[in-house]
Amino acid sequence: MTALIEVDGIGKNYGSVVALRDVSTVVNAGEVTCVLGDNGAGKSTLIKILAGVHQHDTGRFLVNGEEVRFASPRDALDSGIATVYQDLAVVPLMSVWRNFFLGSEPTVGRGPLRRLDHRRGRETARAALADMGIDLRDVEQPVGTLSGGERQCVAIARAVHFGAKVLILDEPTAALGVKQAGVVLRQVAQARDRGLGVVLITHNPHHAYPVGTRFLILKRGASLGSSEKADISIEELTRQMAGGAELEALEHELREVAST
Amino acid sequence: MTTTTKEQPRVDERVAPRGPLDRLVVRPEIGSIIGALAVFVFFSVVADKFLTAPGVATWLDDSATLGIMAVAVALLMIGGEFDLSAGVMTASTALVTAILSIEVGLNVWLALLLSLVFALGVGALNGWLVVRTGLPSFIVTLGTFLALQGLNLGITRLVTGSVQVSGMRATDGYESAGFVFASTFDIGDTPFQISIVWWLGVAAVAAWLLTRTRFGNWTFAVGGSAPSARAAGVPVARTKILLFMTTALAAWLVGSINILRFTTVQANQGIGLEFQFIIAAVIGGCLLTGGFGSAIGAAVGALIFGMARQGIVFANWNSDWFMLFLGIMLLGAVLVNNTFRRRAERVRR
Repeated sequence: MTALIEVDGIGKNYGSVVALRDVSTVVNAGEVTCVLGDNGAGKSTLIKILAGVHQHDTGRFLVNGEEVRFASPRDALDSGIATVYQDLAVVPLMSVWRNFFLGSEPTVGRGPLRRLDHRRGRETARAALADMGIDLRDVEQPVGTLSGGERQCVAIARAVHFGAKVLILDEPTAALGVKQAGVVLRQVAQARDRGLGVVLITHNPHHAYPVGTRFLILKRGASLGSSEKADISIEELTRQMAGGAELEALEHELREVAST
Repeated sequence: MTTTTKEQPRVDERVAPRGPLDRLVVRPEIGSIIGALAVFVFFSVVADKFLTAPGVATWLDDSATLGIMAVAVALLMIGGEFDLSAGVMTASTALVTAILSIEVGLNVWLALLLSLVFALGVGALNGWLVVRTGLPSFIVTLGTFLALQGLNLGITRLVTGSVQVSGMRATDGYESAGFVFASTFDIGDTPFQISIVWWLGVAAVAAWLLTRTRFGNWTFAVGGSAPSARAAGVPVARTKILLFMTTALAAWLVGSINILRFTTVQANQGIGLEFQFIIAAVIGGCLLTGGFGSAIGAAVGALIFGMARQGIVFANWNSDWFMLFLGIMLLGAVLVNNTFRRRAERVRR
């Protein structure tokens, strides 16, 4: 089976700053590839390349086995790669169904009389959301009245509905409480079980481990290795992410401070 | 979030049944409609002439050209931008039409067409500069505002040797163009200006465009959150440029109405009107931050403007009081809008 997405030794420089260096991983259908790392580790740079916002400088980027170079986010979308960003997923003042169809609105009529199909839009949005287990009170309410988790869910449901094969989620749980994060992670698992390839970016190993298939850990723009779930425990994942030896040194230091 | 059952009831138990009043209160134009009713009743009582047919024709006429512009400016504001050059544009387009038909001797219709091309060009330039540079439209259009003001005076003086162009009546095609843009129609025995019909038409088309079409959806989206809109595949730059061209188009319409009706145009006309357009749009429920508002509301905002300006005259008060009234209206509208916006945008975590 060819991987949906494969990156091989990919790298990116911003002027003289090396943002990403020699990173390799794969995203398969029905699997969740988690990208973990602290702030500034290069997570954003990697997903921006996958999403078509930036272009890579070195290495190879393959979609369905073919080497690609996206010129814009629209190109990535057309290849079935949809990205849900943490902050800019939705327009708060617009209603749920208008957000759901933003950019791909259903219309009736032709020529200058081409207009939105309100009824179809509302019903399709409601059905698509209910289908994903998101039960909304009213699809006419502004998205701003939804909780953070529900907003992420609307954005995920939108991507799935419009035929995404790969779903990139940028820190979907970062600003959420425990319960809301659970709701979003359930969506991730559902998308995976529907046969989508998911890229989950997070700095929380406790969110990544339960849903993840593969874990790519980034640090200072370089890969610390890509491990399958079977090969790594959550403790080891946490240790690697925090920088292993560094964390132990810090712990030791803190213990000394506490004892004096 | 609760578990979903297959047979979902249409009405959810978590939604308290909303009365018609609650439904109304979230409409952006509701504040302006209540305001318009209040102003209407007030002047009907205090000024005898206000409710007579000639009185109504007067304040509708005053509201009309302002309303055409307010509606277009409202669309642009919902799209998250300002156009300070809109006021001067009404004079620029009139001047282009006047100079081309009177001084150059073109047919009025041809002059109108060239003036339209000029207007759309300036609108596209405004939009392109804003989108391309990422600078606030406030600054960019302040620049075009000043530039057009200078051009209006400079070119007019160069061509005519004075600061006005007059003599539209003698031009070729004045009759037919005047009929379309500046005639009157009678209701009962009272003549009403055709501009009132244009105003209603523009408001209806804009309202339809805004709430019923993809372009309208994109307008709300680029004003509400341009990065989100872009991420969803909305052509943000094209939408914004088209919105700037829409205000320019409206300015051309108003300029054409003015030049054909008064047959004379002053080169310094239109300065300061841009704020009246913005005020009418804000009274009509537009947020200064974009993403929320109504075309009907802006048309009603202009109506309040016209009723108050003429009502004060009919009541034999000094027109100085108009500005006081305007300031209070504007502050009231902004406060009301702000409350509504918070209701709509309230975030739960």
